[in-house]
Amino acid sequence: MKSGIDTKISPHGTIYSFTRLQEAPEAYSAQAPYTLAIVELDDGGRVTAQLTDLDGPVQIGDPVEMVTRKLRTDGARGMIVYGYKFRPPLKQ
Amino acid sequence: MRVSIVGAGMTSVAEHWSRSLRELAAEAGKAALADAGLSTADALYVGNAYGATFNHQTQLGSLIADEMQLKGIEAFSCEAGEASGGVALRCGYLAVASGMVRTALVIGVEKATDIVGPARVSARSVSLDADMEGINGATPTAMAGMVMRRYMDEYGVDLGSFEGFSINAHRNGAVNPLAMYRNRMREGAFVKAPMIADPVSLFDGAPDGDGAAAIVLTRSDVAEDLAPQPVRILSSAVKTDRFMLQDREDPLWLEAVADSASTALANADIAREEVDLLEIHDAFTILTALSLEAMGYSERGRGWSWAQSGGAKIARDAELPLSTFGGHKSRGNPAGASGIYQAVEAVLQLRGGAGANQAPGAKTALIQNMAGLGSTVVTHILRG
Repeated sequence: MKSGIDTKISPHGTIYSFTRLQEAPEAYSAQAPYTLAIVELDDGGRVTAQLTDLDGPVQIGDPVEMVTRKLRTDGARGMIVYGYKFRPPLKQ
Repeated sequence: MRVSIVGAGMTSVAEHWSRSLRELAAEAGKAALADAGLSTADALYVGNAYGATFNHQTQLGSLIADEMQLKGIEAFSCEAGEASGGVALRCGYLAVASGMVRTALVIGVEKATDIVGPARVSARSVSLDADMEGINGATPTAMAGMVMRRYMDEYGVDLGSFEGFSINAHRNGAVNPLAMYRNRMREGAFVKAPMIADPVSLFDGAPDGDGAAAIVLTRSDVAEDLAPQPVRILSSAVKTDRFMLQDREDPLWLEAVADSASTALANADIAREEVDLLEIHDAFTILTALSLEAMGYSERGRGWSWAQSGGAKIARDAELPLSTFGGHKSRGNPAGASGIYQAVEAVLQLRGGAGANQAPGAKTALIQNMAGLGSTVVTHILRG
């Protein structure tokens, strides 16, 4: 059976919406405040992810690209969880 | 078998630091039984969202039955995030309607304030998709913030347009002795409030509160003998949507709100115009606007118009009384208990016993409880 998670998705997209969280969950509170977005991918579909490497304010419709980043560390002896975030495309 | 509500009771919504989950639940449960003139029930259904993460406690059915000395009865809890109260009511309704249970006690309870700060944010965020949303640091408030921003952008609506929903909630909560925040909200304060997850601010999102509410259900044909003013449940409908916001074709359309409300109206065989008052899931003003749109009370992109002029059209004595005891915003949001608070408040309204909160002449109420920005939606229609 084919799971949705096996589907290849585009690493490029645009911001569908975003918010700046002031109150974060425990494992993320060291990073707060941070920007969370729903990204509309160029090949279709949307994902919920943090925005990273921001130099200034963002807007709905801004282009972003996927990067691998550390999401959280579960304490000194816990897991280090990696995943995806999105950043403004690097200038050529 | 038709089903009626013959008893109702509730505690205040507050930071009940000196009282435990089981004490709050038992107080509301006993009040509802006493209201029905009963000392016991055949079954107990508990609505609770976050007992496992707020209180490190599961198996609330047996726990609360034991606290109430209802030895040996059928008892268990029903969970659907913040719609837990609504689905517990649904469970009680199904049990009595089937003829399998004669008298059911339904208690909604939440004890949120024993943990604070980031720990509570974590404990609440378990109602999101853990693998796709929670892992990326999402919270329920952040999801509401993203929907609200998109709505404002797509329809060109400014922040102040939502203000009247909060003003109306506090106008009603100010005269409810059981409400958590009984202050009135000044015009203009809403847009200046500190942001939690912009554009959702402190004066937009509902506060977490502790509390318990309870109702007693029985067959309508015996209800008249028990209570002087039984309230009939005309219909009950639970619907679900795509679990995650990102997977919905249009995240600004609450499909399960539309489905649940239209199914409940059809099963009650009434038109929307016959509904005299609404208690909906107003934990964020954007949810009020989107729910009113999905239920057909306004066209798309215009739900906020019900908030105009300080919510004049949704006041207790106006066209569409909304959040008549203060709603989630002012009465407070005891998550998994909120659906039963709505039921108790509607029962008081339909009996004409709502005191200073009375909506004049209310005969039919629609109550709607929601989890996860509309992933689970429960609608009940009650008639006095």
